[in-house]
Amino acid sequence: MVRTFRGGVHPHDSKDMSKDQPIKQAPTPDIVYLSLRQHLGAPSKAVVKVGDLVKKGQIVAEPGGFVSSAVHSPVSGKVKEIKPHPHMMGPLADAVVVENDGKDEWFEGCNVATNWESMTPEQLKEKIRMSGIVGLGGATFPTHVKLSPPPEKKIDSAILNGVECEPYLTADYRLMIEQPDRVVEGFRIIMKVLGVSKGYIGVEANKPDAYIIMKEKGAKYGIEAVMLKVKYPQGAEKQLISAILGREVPSGGLPMDVGCVVQNVGTAAAIYDACAKNIPLLTRIMTVSGDGVSHTANYNIVLGQMLGPILKECGLKDGIRKLVFGGPMMGLAEPSENIPLAKGNSGVLALIAGVEKYEPRMCIRCSRCIDHCPMGLNPSVLSLLSDISDFTSMEKHHAMDCIECGVCTYMCPSRRMIVQQIKLGKQRILASRKK
Amino acid sequence: MLTTVIISLSILGVLGVLFGLGLAYASKKFSVETDPRVDRICELLPNANCGACGFAGCNAFAEQLVHGSLDVNTCKVCASEAKSVISSVLGKELVNQEREIAVIHCMRETIPARFEYNGIQDCRSALLVNGGFTTCQYGCLGLGTCATVCPFEALYMGEDGLPHVVDEKCTGCGNCAKVCPRGMITIAPMSRDVHILCNSKHDGKYTIGCCNHGCIGCKRCEKACPAGAIAVKDFLACIDYTKCVVCGACVDVCPTGAIGDYSLFRGKQSAKWRSGLAAK
Repeated sequence: MVRTFRGGVHPHDSKDMSKDQPIKQAPTPDIVYLSLRQHLGAPSKAVVKVGDLVKKGQIVAEPGGFVSSAVHSPVSGKVKEIKPHPHMMGPLADAVVVENDGKDEWFEGCNVATNWESMTPEQLKEKIRMSGIVGLGGATFPTHVKLSPPPEKKIDSAILNGVECEPYLTADYRLMIEQPDRVVEGFRIIMKVLGVSKGYIGVEANKPDAYIIMKEKGAKYGIEAVMLKVKYPQGAEKQLISAILGREVPSGGLPMDVGCVVQNVGTAAAIYDACAKNIPLLTRIMTVSGDGVSHTANYNIVLGQMLGPILKECGLKDGIRKLVFGGPMMGLAEPSENIPLAKGNSGVLALIAGVEKYEPRMCIRCSRCIDHCPMGLNPSVLSLLSDISDFTSMEKHHAMDCIECGVCTYMCPSRRMIVQQIKLGKQRILASRKK
Repeated sequence: MLTTVIISLSILGVLGVLFGLGLAYASKKFSVETDPRVDRICELLPNANCGACGFAGCNAFAEQLVHGSLDVNTCKVCASEAKSVISSVLGKELVNQEREIAVIHCMRETIPARFEYNGIQDCRSALLVNGGFTTCQYGCLGLGTCATVCPFEALYMGEDGLPHVVDEKCTGCGNCAKVCPRGMITIAPMSRDVHILCNSKHDGKYTIGCCNHGCIGCKRCEKACPAGAIAVKDFLACIDYTKCVVCGACVDVCPTGAIGDYSLFRGKQSAKWRSGLAAK
């Protein structure tokens, strides 16, 4: 049986372009730019100085608060400078620049196998925190925070997100079929930390081979693989919970309010590396795709590597109309390819065809956005309220429950920039709450 | 026939008298005591309901004036003659406050764009896309959100893509300053007419790279100021208007022309002071 949620759309998934490309190890760069803003929450604090020698896996920045994350050097070498550098989310943020000396020396205690099963949940959680692991699906929310629900919230199920509902992206799919043991072991660690015995892995129906592998590998640990309908945004936390467990997260609530924690498959693999091999988050798997590159690829690539050379290797064509980091629905359009890889970057899409500029017109009240909104909101009214800057009324219409999936904008026949307008409203509401 | 007319007229007449008596009674019985001062003050206030005082409109502000301990000068918009009348109504002494005006702290000549922005034509939205499309992270985005929120039509977007203040209309209500996501509009006293026309906290090298008229934090103005009113912080000069003596010494030494003396051009089109500045 194929399960799903209410609403959503099915854009052409374009996954054929890169789904048969095995994960390729990208060459280690001569220089890495480790941004201190690769996650949601407070920026990390650098703990190294210019001129310091660092080894592979050594911490270069510690978490700047509870909702924050550590950063580690993926190469051994010298800290060249610490200065503002362009990054994925904005023009400039402080970054630790490390020059690779090519020796590839591991930091003491790193890359040593340990038996995670003898560790307590608290020890595992601390290990995850200090390994700089964040949600690798793209939201980059620090994982240890998600794994620390307050005691009054009883968690009974853990869900692993292998849906990858964004078009083009195939990084999670390749990870699931090439390295299923890392994923399943990592998920077992998550289940141990949360103290739950029931785990689900959600996989979209367009990845039957991944579904079968996950089903086989997970069966003996009480992990159930669930086949989900091919629909966007099936991989959004709240939609995934609704599809698998039939529970609805209350307005303004979190998955932990209905006894769930959702983690991405990439995050699970990183957790396995951290707890079983003592390797912090140094690399991630990323898809390069789109009609702007001559050959698509799935790379295992070190964090902080400049993406320009990687795109050149993939045959970046001239006349790129748009460069998107992440998927085409929720990804971020970037002004340049000379931006280092960040933890949350699941893909780079170079797009030429179909990138057009539209003039938004008046809302014709067709209600397509309402029919497809996976959160059951009224995007048309929110958009009209945003037009007149009535942010107080937007809050009353539950603008804060919007997950910014972009389905409304995708469906709108008047080409209204609905999700952008709601984003503006959310930002204004948050600003007024702070006051 | 005639009796029908007489009967209906008399019934209506009696009903009218009854309702009239009822209304007269109700108006006496349920009348609400209003402070005549509130009405009087309300008439004197601008009634623009701009909200700059922090209250929901002029009526609410008038009530606060009478019943609270607010100062008349909280209203930035009101003319000084009206303020003195309001003060006398309230029986308070009017502390004369200078008229204030919005100042745009940016004078870039073109929009140095990092990428093409096709989104909503609102500065606050544009800022959400990769931190804004301008190379300078502190300068004007030029989409005119400040002009749309101005309740007095005192701001307009010029052909240069920058907002311009119409001196006569600006009341210093501060709505534009509040809405500007880059925080490059401030409200300054009218007589202190020398301003740092830049908001860039980038270092000098970066600022020069994206703008001809940026403040590079060279501190020459700080040294030249006889009153000690200028302090450079984060590569950006800042004038303390309480100390400034409007001598123009800083304007003369600024190497990039990032300090402007409005007093020479006040009341004329702002394009003129710019050409005057360029000629200098």
